[in-house]
Amino acid sequence: MEALSLLQWSFDGLLGLSLLWLAWQALVCTDLFKAVVLFIAFGLLMALTWVRLAAPDIALAEAAIGAGLTGALLLSALARSRVIQANGESLLNVPLAARKLQFRWLVAIILLIVAAGLGYAVLGLPPEAAGLSTEVAANLTLSGVGNPVTAVLLNFRAYDTLLEMAVLLLALLAVWSLGGLPQREAVTDPVLDSLVRLLIPVLILVSAYLLWVGADAPGGAFQAGSVLSAAGVLLLLAGWRLPLRLAQRPLRFALVAGTGTFIAIAVLTLISTGRLLEYPPAQAGTLILILEAVATISIGVTLAALFQGASPVHKEKQ
Amino acid sequence: MMVSDYLAVVVLILGAIFFLAGTLGLLRFPDVYTRLHALTKADNVGLGLIVIGLGITSESLVVAGKLLLIWLLVLLAGASVSYLIARAALHKGIRLWKR
Amino acid sequence: MNVAFLYTLVGVGLFCLGLYALIVQAHLLRKILAFNIMGSGIFLVLVALAKRSGNAIPDPVPHAMVITGIVVAVSATALALTLILKLTTETGKAELPDEGGE
Repeated sequence: MEALSLLQWSFDGLLGLSLLWLAWQALVCTDLFKAVVLFIAFGLLMALTWVRLAAPDIALAEAAIGAGLTGALLLSALARSRVIQANGESLLNVPLAARKLQFRWLVAIILLIVAAGLGYAVLGLPPEAAGLSTEVAANLTLSGVGNPVTAVLLNFRAYDTLLEMAVLLLALLAVWSLGGLPQREAVTDPVLDSLVRLLIPVLILVSAYLLWVGADAPGGAFQAGSVLSAAGVLLLLAGWRLPLRLAQRPLRFALVAGTGTFIAIAVLTLISTGRLLEYPPAQAGTLILILEAVATISIGVTLAALFQGASPVHKEKQ
Repeated sequence: MMVSDYLAVVVLILGAIFFLAGTLGLLRFPDVYTRLHALTKADNVGLGLIVIGLGITSESLVVAGKLLLIWLLVLLAGASVSYLIARAALHKGIRLWKR
Repeated sequence: MNVAFLYTLVGVGLFCLGLYALIVQAHLLRKILAFNIMGSGIFLVLVALAKRSGNAIPDPVPHAMVITGIVVAVSATALALTLILKLTTETGKAELPDEGGE
């Protein structure tokens, strides 16, 4: 199968070269809008690379969060800065590197040496290394789910996921504490409204499906939460805002529910079994489902609130 | 390879040709509106052909149904988003290309 | 050499490209882009090294770490963009005051 191997090598080589080229173009082109669009394209190619590397969970997360939500955040920041600098210079066409030429060459040479060193170190690693895959596969039935990545995320390394939910919440608190930002121009358009009306139920359904199927197939809480946040971002772009009676306690409850449930279950397991986040194998599947469901809602609401940038209460006071 | 595999390969190559045509249009057409025209025409048909090709070789009807749903969603999103882009371009004052 | 090692080299390349842009460019939004590309490079190295497991499933622990990393990166990007917009509101420019024009 020489020809097939050559085909695979050329495909992978082309994909790798395209990644490097897209990243370079995104970093050095003069128009910022073009740079952001190239970055979104880079994110989508990365999702393809994850599929090629047999990591479909990461591909789902990268397509939704890495390409989609990060791209939306960057474009929203560009639009808002245009509002800020309406009378000053445009933020878009800013000259590139403001450093001397010799400095840039020096940095480039040093980084080439660093890249060579890293490449040499990486190529010196053994070509076959099972890592932890055998241990995970051996304990998979005890974990309560069938998907090894979900088992690692929500059971074996649940502490990391707890801290990650806390990081998300902290980022939102920091963004809210900075006060409001200038609002984007609202787009009111009947086609956008119909699109929103058609897509939001589909997105909610896809999110619930990803949550449910994440137990045995690629999917899970983060992917489902990111699809839910995409629904939230779409609503916000179409001009919908949270009704005032939902914007205070219920919103904050939804935001804190993920981290809170995680901490509650951590304390419960600490009390009952003496070890942090060690689920009893009989209830592990149910516990993971509860954690994932609450985490999905929290992640979706948090990411959409990060996109909006201002606390709803803030906006009312303005 | 079975007959269905050969058929799937032919359909997939046709879909790739449509994508190539759309990309050529994206690169060569003179303004936003003509580029949108090239993109949506080619990508809808191109994706449809690829979905057909993958559906022929998929292992169950459920998987083929999911692929069809993906194609319908892309149709919906593509049509709405190209309308929104054209509308935004008109508002910004980008004029249509005249020969 | 495995195909996996090809992707680790691409990841190293992305990391160094991003680091170059992070150091050399003064505009803060470009620094955010460079930072994200560096992160993608690191994730690529992790996942490509996880694929060395031969016939077994690829090592799921780096996969979980990368998913965590992607979510943390997006929250850091959101906070950084808010800070940049606040800075632009205060000073009118999107560069830090002691840099630029050397």
